[in-house]
Amino acid sequence: MSGWQGRVPTDAVELAGLVPFAGPAPSTQADKDARRARKVVGSLTEAISRSGLGDGDTISFHHHFREGDLLILQVLAEVEALGIRGLTLASSSLNACHGDVVGYIERGVVSRIYTSGMRGTLAARISRGGLLPHPVQVHSHGGRAALMASGELRPKVAFLGVSACDEFGNANGTSGASRCGSLGYALVDAMFAETVVLVTEQVVAFPNTPAVIRQNRVDLIVVVERVGDPSRINVGATRTTTNPRDLLIARRATDVVEHGGFFVDGFSIQTGSGGAATAVTDYLGERMERRGVKAGWALGGITGSMVALHERGLVGRLLDVQSFDLVAASSLERNPGHTIVSASEYASPAAKAACVDELDVVILSALEIDLDYNVNVLTGSDGLMMGASGGHCDTAAGAKLVVVVAPLIRTRIPTIVERVTTLITPGSNVDVLVTDYGVCVNPRRPAVAERLAAAGIKVTTIEALFARALEICGRPRAVETTDEIVGVVRYRDGSVIDVVRAVAS
Amino acid sequence: MKAKKSPAERPSRSMLFVPGSNAAWLSTVQVYGADYVMFDLEDSVSVREKDTARLLVHEALKSPVWAGVPVVVRVNAINTPFFRDDLEAVVSAGVAIVRLPMVTDAQMIRHLDAELGVLEGKYGSVPGTTRILAAVESASGVVNAVAIATASPRMMGIALAAYDYAMDMHTTHDAAADESQLFFARCAILHAARVAKIHCYDVIYADVNDTEGFLREVAVIKKLGFDGKSLVNPRQIEPLHNAFAPTPEEVERAHRVVAAAAEAEKVGMGVVALDGKMIDAPIIAAAHRTIRLAQVSGVQVAGGVR
Repeated sequence: MSGWQGRVPTDAVELAGLVPFAGPAPSTQADKDARRARKVVGSLTEAISRSGLGDGDTISFHHHFREGDLLILQVLAEVEALGIRGLTLASSSLNACHGDVVGYIERGVVSRIYTSGMRGTLAARISRGGLLPHPVQVHSHGGRAALMASGELRPKVAFLGVSACDEFGNANGTSGASRCGSLGYALVDAMFAETVVLVTEQVVAFPNTPAVIRQNRVDLIVVVERVGDPSRINVGATRTTTNPRDLLIARRATDVVEHGGFFVDGFSIQTGSGGAATAVTDYLGERMERRGVKAGWALGGITGSMVALHERGLVGRLLDVQSFDLVAASSLERNPGHTIVSASEYASPAAKAACVDELDVVILSALEIDLDYNVNVLTGSDGLMMGASGGHCDTAAGAKLVVVVAPLIRTRIPTIVERVTTLITPGSNVDVLVTDYGVCVNPRRPAVAERLAAAGIKVTTIEALFARALEICGRPRAVETTDEIVGVVRYRDGSVIDVVRAVAS
Repeated sequence: MKAKKSPAERPSRSMLFVPGSNAAWLSTVQVYGADYVMFDLEDSVSVREKDTARLLVHEALKSPVWAGVPVVVRVNAINTPFFRDDLEAVVSAGVAIVRLPMVTDAQMIRHLDAELGVLEGKYGSVPGTTRILAAVESASGVVNAVAIATASPRMMGIALAAYDYAMDMHTTHDAAADESQLFFARCAILHAARVAKIHCYDVIYADVNDTEGFLREVAVIKKLGFDGKSLVNPRQIEPLHNAFAPTPEEVERAHRVVAAAAEAEKVGMGVVALDGKMIDAPIIAAAHRTIRLAQVSGVQVAGGVR
């Protein structure tokens, strides 16, 4: 009889409902091989099998590698080989590199999609209708976290690509070869998915700290050759620009930030993606130095330009939900003031606190903006989906000064329209529009208009800019659509704010 | 008859080159705030695209986008087969200023003047309102600068172009390295411009990404007395305008000079002193120039934008 036996009065009324100790479990910790075998499996196929993934389940991914993602298509290939069908694909976003998803939809492997956005052939093909049996659910970054919290979106298996992790699953985006930096979107999947599979390029020695995705959330680990190409993170939407038009818009937007009423010591800012939005950061640094104003913190997609401001002491802290380039990714490692926030902490209306609610200024882009300041960042002028909801409506709802930047005309098509093709962010949350042809202020914000005028900034009306665009371009014909709904736009609280209809061919 | 606004009243720091074959730019480039935009039919347009560019520029000049904006068009040189067609296409569309390249002597300007007169008659423009900007790009052009600048009442400015000039002088032009080989030419056309009371534009700075070198060159030509510079990219406009903007101190002093001069006139004195220094007519004229420049540059002085 061992020393632990016979000590517990199992019939004592005080212990009713409690289970008596039955002896130590056989330890996996003693044997190194057994310890590793607990989570690390030999192949994606094995991981999928062990996860219990079946027909009709939901698989989720993050998009931190943006155009460099290599994981979604690898996983879909293995899933198809295993004969699993009817899956819901829930990636935090989809990009032009995911064109081959079309084939998986056609063959019935994928039948539903949740995403922040889509680009390229996948987006075009879905937008033309007749492909997906159910419309794409388009959510914002904060809205995705809220959909997971509500239970509507609950991944059976999250496949999270990381550059390196240890054998228990401690991972960050700053060790190993293919570093994507922040893992802010992936953190939500790690929190809510039933099974978390880390797909890594390398298993490093325990403990791989500071860990972002923690071992206690990770079920399985698979080593593959490549999960992503970090050099393609800043291809597309997050590019920096030498385009004079973007720079002109950026300079005007910086004027608006400087004089819009929130440019005081300790202010907070997010500058979004898109050429002009990212260029604002560079101009802002000059203004801050000249005026002796420092920002308390910057939020969101963090760029190398923002890191430069941080390292010059102009921005106190960086709260990084996704690193927009390699400079930002490597800054996470060396700058203690640069930390990761999950998409939930960043922007979820269901979170107990979201950073966007503390934000002073946000610079956002637009594919279309209408006379009521409603913004579309999803569908192009041809009606096809080509962008992403992203953090647009989240930050617009939270920030005190919301500045939308856009060229008045894109290759003969006006950006200002009477009514946006697709509504993402309601106009009541938009304060200022900055175009290459002038600046206008939402009539709901007379105080902002007064401050800008007092600073000598010429302010026009959106109607005048619209008229100017029509004078140059003429009035574009409306895009013809069919009755088929191919996209459902979810506002950040989960409600349906608009639908996308298939473009008639 | 179509009347045109005199270009002399406008600021003339920047003249932005836009290839006449680039349709997108022809319709959007006015947003950058260049003092003058110059549609080019010459060097930036390949021989294959000469006809396309001529048509595009003709249409652009007539479009509402450019209504009320005095546009410059650089036609091909007089001795090319494109010259006549270029000129007819732009005058018939109401161009404000014709920039003639490769000007070597006053005869060329008189020839252009006469041609313009004929075309203005043909297309119903007010005679004599189409202005001329002469670009000199050779040793002869530089030596004949005064004659060129004074060859026609249509002359609104003279400009230097460095690459052909440097070749003609058996040297090369490398703006980033050294400006000394252009020194004589710059001084020569500046003197000609001041004799003729017309604008004077410096050469282009081709390396768009070298802002530091660009600003170094701008500092040199501003000090020499140039009105402005030809530009190849909209990104060069703001640095140029900032460099030409007077400092708030200069603006403040200019206002005091003008005020002192006005006071002196009221009491009937010809010469006044300010801070112990004599103010005469040239100083007063310079003060007015500074104030005008401050207005177009948006320079703020104590008491707000003047």
